[in-house]
Amino acid sequence: MGINVTCMQSLSLQKYKFGQWHQRAPIKHTLSEIFPETVTDAAAIGYILARLPRINAPVLWVQDRVSYRETGRLCLAGIGIQRPIIAVHLSRPADVLWALEDGLRCRTLAAVIGEIWGDPAALNFTATKRLAMRAEAADVPCWLVRHAATPNLSAARNRWRIGSIPSTAHVYDTHAPGESRWSLNLFRSRQAKPGKWTVTYDRTADRLDHITPLRDGAMAARDGTTRQRATG
Amino acid sequence: MERQGNAPQDDIPLVLASEGHHGPVIHASNRIARGMGILPGSRVVDMRAICPELQVEYADQAGDRAALDRLVLWARRWCPWTVRDGDNGMILDTSGSDHLLGGEAAMLIEMETQLSLLGLTSQLAVAPTWGSAWALARFGPVRSICMADEIPHKLGPLPVAGLRLDGDTLLLLQRLGLKTIGALMDVPRLSLTRRFVKAALASNPLMRLDQAFGRLAEPVASVDAKPRFMVQSRLAEPVFDPTPYLPQLCEDLCDALQHASMGCRRLHLTVYRTDGDVSHVDIAMSASTQDPIHLHSLFRDKVERINPGFGFDLITLAAGGVEPMHVVQKRLDGDVEDGLDLSLLVDRLTAKFGTQAVSRPTLRASHVPERAEGRVAALSTPPQPVEAASHNRPIRLLDIPEEVRVLYAVPEGPPAQFVWRKQTHRVTRYAGPERIAPEWWRDRPGTRLRDYFKVEDQTGRRIWLYREGLHDDGRGGDPRWFVHGMFA
Repeated sequence: MGINVTCMQSLSLQKYKFGQWHQRAPIKHTLSEIFPETVTDAAAIGYILARLPRINAPVLWVQDRVSYRETGRLCLAGIGIQRPIIAVHLSRPADVLWALEDGLRCRTLAAVIGEIWGDPAALNFTATKRLAMRAEAADVPCWLVRHAATPNLSAARNRWRIGSIPSTAHVYDTHAPGESRWSLNLFRSRQAKPGKWTVTYDRTADRLDHITPLRDGAMAARDGTTRQRATG
Repeated sequence: MERQGNAPQDDIPLVLASEGHHGPVIHASNRIARGMGILPGSRVVDMRAICPELQVEYADQAGDRAALDRLVLWARRWCPWTVRDGDNGMILDTSGSDHLLGGEAAMLIEMETQLSLLGLTSQLAVAPTWGSAWALARFGPVRSICMADEIPHKLGPLPVAGLRLDGDTLLLLQRLGLKTIGALMDVPRLSLTRRFVKAALASNPLMRLDQAFGRLAEPVASVDAKPRFMVQSRLAEPVFDPTPYLPQLCEDLCDALQHASMGCRRLHLTVYRTDGDVSHVDIAMSASTQDPIHLHSLFRDKVERINPGFGFDLITLAAGGVEPMHVVQKRLDGDVEDGLDLSLLVDRLTAKFGTQAVSRPTLRASHVPERAEGRVAALSTPPQPVEAASHNRPIRLLDIPEEVRVLYAVPEGPPAQFVWRKQTHRVTRYAGPERIAPEWWRDRPGTRLRDYFKVEDQTGRRIWLYREGLHDDGRGGDPRWFVHGMFA
């Protein structure tokens, strides 16, 4: 599981002029928050899985009770078993934060991922600041998925809003959904310039590709929504 | 040597029974029962017919074996090399240690006395080889002592059963008319070799004979006693909280473990209360450790579970699951070892949230999606790798499928629109159906099959839903629809 870094490279190109880009400091792993656009949308989880580093280290995945009940659990058959996952199911959001912080003391993990429902009081600015500093000290990526939450004050270095959009047509079956397409909205970031992107996820190659938005608005609007076939 | 324990009375016929193929059979009998002709191996019902007042108890064979293992270590008082021999014997290599007890005859008397003080009857023999000692102890005279050159002379008159052979071979020898070891010795070696060339050790009289005569080596592989690691803290007056004493206890225990190059997997903290009761807390680690700070941190939320009663004046901390552990430095910069770091994390999480909360999902061989995933302990490896069924599976799965109201164009076809969680989803694309039949070897009769569809709604959400059953499949009314998962 991995990702090409097209997205981050284009961000860095915006930030640094040509000829200077090699001087930039390597991007350290840090805390990122993701707000799924709807509760029943797994695009955020797909994006995290696509962004996991390409090492075979285990991943710590912590869920609180409500997000487990409302959004389900990770389905191993769907994501493949390239790496071991240590799944932790807890009842209170404060426990999730404790487990995430404890997990970030361990440098051998590939990533630490937490899912929290709503806006609990325990998840305040101090808690996110602690997570961010721990993640940067250990250099382990930490993702906080916030289902049904409002993006209030937080120390997360990157804050994303991610949702699904209609997929591309399937190559062999015009009725079937094809490769997944996601809309990514980086609305606050300390490392890069915020922006909006549309990406497709190529599952077999495990790759994220940019899509240039279609200039023809009519074509873009028709995409995926109608089932008409060309006749004649 | 036969275990008598504290048998009730010697004048009551008592037998121990174990389960045989056709009901219970006799495992062991006491002296009076043996006198009545009740022998091991016969069936209990038959023996009840011979002796109606027969008392029957069930034999605890595993317990007997464990007791014998302890006795083997206890017998180290006489010589350093001791080992258990089968289910009812013990071999002591007394070479060079008999003179400490005043010679071999005096040593045997001393052993018999000590064992009888434990409530055990014993049959003892001294011989130069394992095989000859086995035969003499069971079939020879009382406390027989055999010198190296006396083996043929002493073993000759004993029955062939003294050669540790299995039942079939004994029957064969009996049919051949070879009743004593002496008779077997008189048979030419070449004939025996030819007859038993392919037999295993337990059914090969020639090899057993060679072992008894010392022509085939049979050394005593002595087991080592497991060291016991326990530290304690005696208090001058009863207290209610063990927390201040824990760091010192952990440190003492880890010092002892480090000194022996051992690590422990479990810890047992026991407090001895003044009212004569005992209260304890046990913790377990995912990897063996000898780090006092880590051990102490695992007790953090557990100590409150101790019920102090009116106070306690003795705290003990014992290490369980002790295994050898060698500390090696793997990296030059002295950083922590990779696997160790992870196991410490799992320990902390398990100690705080319980073993149920921390797990590792693994694939299982099943077509039904909710059964295709199991959970194992966080750091264990899955028993056998199972290939994922297909690539067309969602990345999120709802634990309990949620029922939805569906509009469809044709009964067996895909849904056109469905209402899930009070929201209307209009289906724009779909793939399927993928039919998953119930597993008849597990499911109850009448379980309906499922047709899974991957659908995409107007906003682009990709959802996995299924129709349970078919119209007119005779297993209930109209089929119902459920949402089971979400695709990325």
